[in-house]
Parts: sequence; C-alpha cells; structure tokens
Amino acid sequence: MDVLYTIFIDPFVQMAEAPDFLLQVVWEGFVAGILYALIALGFVLIYKASGVFNFAQGIMVVFAGLSLVGLHEMGVPALLALIMAIGVMAILAICIEKFVMRPLVGQPDIILLMATIGMTYFLIGLGEFIFGGEPKQMITEELGLPTGSTAFEMDNGGLVILQHIDIAAAVIALIMVGGLAVFFNRTRIGRALRAVADDHTAALSVGISLNQIWAIVWFAAGIVALATGIMWGARSDVSFALEIVALKALPVLILGGFTSIPGAVIGGLIIGIGEKIGEIYWGGLVGGGIESWLAYMIALIFLLFRPQGLFGEKIIERI
Amino acid sequence: MNMNSMLAGTLLAGLAASFAAPALAADSVYIQLPTYRTGPYAGSGIAIANGMSDYLKMINARDGGVNGVKIEFDECETGYDTQKGVECYEQAKAKNTLVFNPWSTGITLQVIPKSSVDKIPVLSMAYGLSAAADGTTFPWVFNPPDTYWDALSGIIKYIGEQEGGMENLDGKTIGYIFLDAGYGREPIPLLEDLASEYGFEVKQYPVAGKEMQNQSSQWLSVRRDRPDYMIMWGWGAMNPTAIKEAVKNRFDMSKFIGVWWAGGDDDARAGGAGAKGYKAISFNNVGADYPALQDIKKLVIDADNSETPESQLGENLYNKGVANAVYMVEAIRTAQEETGKTVINAEDMRVGLENLELDEARLEEIGLKGMISPMKITCKNHSGHNPIFVQEWDGEKYTPASDWFEPMTEKVTPILMEASKEYATSNAPWPEREEPCPE
Repeated sequence: MDVLYTIFIDPFVQMAEAPDFLLQVVWEGFVAGILYALIALGFVLIYKASGVFNFAQGIMVVFAGLSLVGLHEMGVPALLALIMAIGVMAILAICIEKFVMRPLVGQPDIILLMATIGMTYFLIGLGEFIFGGEPKQMITEELGLPTGSTAFEMDNGGLVILQHIDIAAAVIALIMVGGLAVFFNRTRIGRALRAVADDHTAALSVGISLNQIWAIVWFAAGIVALATGIMWGARSDVSFALEIVALKALPVLILGGFTSIPGAVIGGLIIGIGEKIGEIYWGGLVGGGIESWLAYMIALIFLLFRPQGLFGEKIIERI
Repeated sequence: MNMNSMLAGTLLAGLAASFAAPALAADSVYIQLPTYRTGPYAGSGIAIANGMSDYLKMINARDGGVNGVKIEFDECETGYDTQKGVECYEQAKAKNTLVFNPWSTGITLQVIPKSSVDKIPVLSMAYGLSAAADGTTFPWVFNPPDTYWDALSGIIKYIGEQEGGMENLDGKTIGYIFLDAGYGREPIPLLEDLASEYGFEVKQYPVAGKEMQNQSSQWLSVRRDRPDYMIMWGWGAMNPTAIKEAVKNRFDMSKFIGVWWAGGDDDARAGGAGAKGYKAISFNNVGADYPALQDIKKLVIDADNSETPESQLGENLYNKGVANAVYMVEAIRTAQEETGKTVINAEDMRVGLENLELDEARLEEIGLKGMISPMKITCKNHSGHNPIFVQEWDGEKYTPASDWFEPMTEKVTPILMEASKEYATSNAPWPEREEPCPE
C-alpha cells in the first residue's frame, strides 16, 4: 500500500503543497524543451529537404558557438563576430552541399546518414584544431543578451526565479519558429524546398536547382545551430560535451515527427517538461538520474501508438 | 621469393618496427603521458597535461634530466575514454614506459590487474581505486598524496569544524552531486559509513556523462531538498555547469565544496561573481611564484616550447599536473639512489615510488616549498594520506580557507584495508606480493 501511495499519491501531494516549486519545475522544463526544440528544428529542416537524418546537427551547434566565441577571442567585436559566424555557417553549408551532398545524389538514405556521421567527426577534429579543446564562455553580455534573474515571491513565501537569458531563449526560439514557418509556406524558395522534399526528380524536372536548395537549407540549419549554441552556451559553456546533449533531440523528433516544425516545438516542450517533472517527483523512487532515459521512454511509448509522431506525415508506400 | 612477398615482408617488418620500443639514447628514460586535450573532459585535461609536460621539459632543459638522464616523453590522447586509455597502456608497455599515469579512474580500474603482470607501476595521483593505497595487496599501484576517501573524509571533517564539532553533524543533510561513473561512485561507500556514524543524511544527485551540461533537474532537486552542504565529485564540463546552476538556484556557495578535481579556475570563473565563496579540498596551492614554476616560465614557456598560455601557469589544475610530474621525477631520482643505476627500468621505478619522500628541505631544494605538502610513500602505504586543506574562490583566484590538516586516516584506513581484501578476493587468484614489506 505504501508503494502505491509513494507512486500515485505522494508526488501530487508534493505538487499541491509547494505550487511555487512546481511552477519552477515547469518553467525549467519549458526552457529545456525550447532548447531541445531548437536542436530538433535543425534536424527537421535537413530531413524535410533531403530525407537525411543529419547526425551532424549536434556538432554544428558546437561549431557555430565556437566560431562566434573564438572570433571574439581573436579580437573581433561581438556583433561583427556574430555576422562572421553566420558567414562561417554559410561557407560550411556550401561546402557540405558541394563536397558531400552533390556527389551522393541518388544514393540510399543510409549512405547519406553515414556521410553525416563522417561529417560529425570531421567537424569535431576541425573545431578542436582551430579553437582548441577547452570549453569557452559564451559572450552573452557582449551580444546584448540579458543576464541576471527576476524572482517572484509567491503567496506561500516560495520563490519562482526566472533567468533573463531563459526568457530571451524562449522569445528567440518562437521568432525562429515563426520565421521558418513563413519561409517554408510563403516564399518561393520555401515552396521549392517542399517540392524537393516530396520528390527530388520531379523537382528537378520543373527547373528547381537541387544544389541551391540544399545549400540554403543547410545554411538555415546552421543559423538554427548558431542560435542554439548561443542559448545553450549561455546556460553552461560552449564545449564539445554539447554535441552529446544534442542527441536529446531524438526523442523530440520521434514525438513531434521528423518533418514538422510545430511538431519539433510541441515535442520539445512535452519532453522538456515531462522529463523534469518525472525526475523531480518520481526520480527519487529509483535513486534519481532517470532524466537521461525517461525522454526516450516517453518517445518509445508514443512510437507504439503513433509511429509517424504527432505531426509527422503518414507515408503509405505501395508494394 | 617473388616481388610481392618481398614487398609484404618489408611492409610487415616496417610495421613491426613501428610498434617496437623506441630507440632511446643510452642516457635517457621514457615515460608516456596519457592525456586528454580533446572531448568533453578537455576543459580539465588540458591544464593538467600542460603542467606535467612543462615540468618534465624544464627538468630536461635546466638539469639535463635526472642525474644526467634525460626524460623522453610523449602524450597519448585518451579523450577520457576507458577503451582508448587501455590502448595507450598497451602502447606505453611496448615502449617500455617507466610508469603509467591513467588520469581516469575508469582507466585505472582496467589497468590495475594488468600492471602486476606487466610489472609497470601505475601512478594514479589522488584518484583511482582508494583501496590501492594498501601496498601489500597492490604492489604496483600508487595513489599519493591522498585517496578519494581521504578527500571525502577531509571535507566531512571540515564541515564538522564549520558546525562547531563533528557531533553537530547529527541531523544535518549533505548533498552529494557526482559524475555517474567509476570516479564519482568511488567515495560513496565511505560517505554512507560516515553518515551512519555521525548521524547526517546523504542525498545523492548523479549526473550522467552525457547530461553534464544539462543539470537543471539535479539542482531543482537540491533546491527542494535544501541540504545544509553540497559536495561535488565532478570533472570536465560538469563542474562549470554545476557551479552556474548552484549560483542560479541561489545555493549558499560557502557551503558548496568540491573534490580537488572540481577545483579548476575555469570551473569557478564560469559562475561569475556569484561563485565567490565556492570551495574545493586540495593537496596543492595555486600561484606561479614558486622558483620551479618561474624556471618553467623562463625555460619552457618563454622559450616557446610549451602549449601553455601564460595565464594558465600557476592555476589550480596546472599546478596539479606539475605535482604529478614532480612525483615521477623524484621517484626516478630515488630509484637511482636505491638501485645504484642511472638508467632505470619500470621495476626500478616501483622501488623509487615505494621509497619516495619529499620533506620540507627537499621541497625547498626543488623550488616547490609551500605548493605541495611534505609527503612520504612506504612499501605498505602507497598513498601516504598526507595533509590537505580547503581552498576558496575569491572571485578571481583560489585562496586558502583553512590550514593544512590531516584527513580522517583513523576512520579511512580500516575501511580501506577491508576494501583491499575484498578486491583481492573478488579478483581471485589475485597475485601475492613477491617480496614482503619490511616490518
């Protein structure tokens, strides 16, 4: 009976007794979810355009962040370093299209996946060669991003603390999602991109330049990676360990669907908030540390009932 | 013999030669330095690698080596990965290294059984298996100047002093945030023992390696549990993230104490002004004013023969790397005295380590008086359980927050000896020490 109480009643009693703390947990989960969603967005962009699961998205986050901080360390003013980092991601996109994607057109998806794994290790090596292996502090204040926090005192005497950088992350993520939605649905390039995603050959036959579209979409994924690198770097540091955190986007993608931008956001929020609530209120029952696998469990259960994800396209292939 | 088989034979011979021991000069010895300048733990690994490498270069440049014997060394990149570390060990063995420094508890645990077979001493300075301090069971493993259990007992002793006596720990709650790996789990048995003895409650907060930069859940739990003190066993990217999260959650930094490996300058710096008051237990002081470090600056860094940025010289982790190299150099010197040889081998190096003693006079002579405490290793005691102290981050650098004090050796030793016996039993048949230690 005690076991049932501990699992099914006690966590909710804790939530009711300390609503300020519950609010804080939900907020932290929301911020983590936004960051997961940003990483997942990068995956979705590439997958939509080329059907490739871009294993290199995590290292692109690190590489973009390191470029920004590394350039600033070399004496480049922060805003100019930001523009130059965007330039670095543009060059990277062009190189990926020219030297990786173009030679592999028409190859099976697994070959393209392997190519992105190869790119991951190449970018790790290149990043360490250029910027060194030390973690670097994000230039948050220099970029004009807010620092510090605001604490709200609740009726029960508890505190809810909101970090200004987390609020900025949420706002920037929403702007990026909105911008990308407009880009995909309202612009000529966006429509061309969707055509390429549907059928490469058909898109080519109506005069859409596959090469140009791929370069653009990898560049867009690079911009998303830079935004993620800045936001996550401000919360901890820009280090190669971030590359592993980026794999948290996997359950988000399973949940939200590999082709849906709103799906990435909703999936990110479900995973972010779900894992925080799970860890805080139920993690102690099994010694803690459940966060690292809980997200995958949520995604796996979801997969059993809706394999295409919340907003993914259900594809039926005729045999 | 046709052309193809000749070519294959030549290639095989070349391959074999590349794996053979290096052709060392008659008056030199070889040491491999396993390091990690890349990967998620590079933030901690680089400063240590620089400290070790610079000190050895300085000894070669200033003194022409140890008693005229140059120390040839190279680095083997492990990335803090156990498998790569074991590969480095095999390479080191093939190249007749005098000693193997794993720089990872995981790698240490893997090479301990190999070391007694290969007769290569393992020097795991202030990390690795605490029970390996028992020289009678682990004749080839050394963990001076202190074990992890010394570190933990020292932290608990310090907390007891802050509370006005060990008896006041009764009813307190101490949080333990740790890297969920062999390293972070190593002190848990002792922590649980001390908790039951002194009546405090322990709350554990494991951090998975892949979640090092994503610790908000752990710190939300800390905020909910409100422990009186927090102890951290972190490494690499885990440390700055934990300090930032502690600041963010408004934890009282004066009650947040890390093990010596969580005492990097960059770790504390990441927390900004809010990190002021953060503490770490230590077996070495910071600063670059020691004569030996000034020699490093003059002969190695200024001579453009180093990867160390000048700002790193004298920082906490850099000086720990220097300390590791000092123990190796002084063990070589001791081995030369004990064996009468100048060019020693790995078995002689073990003799050197088992007789290593650095007293005040010797530390002054080598220009490091005050940076590390006097220490002594014996045949039976491969750690020494030497004095330690607490450092505090003042916003810019670490400063001493306590005098040097002894860890709780009387508590640690019986548990350590029991753990040593258990290790030998569970790894039976564990090789017996060939020559008994003198009584």
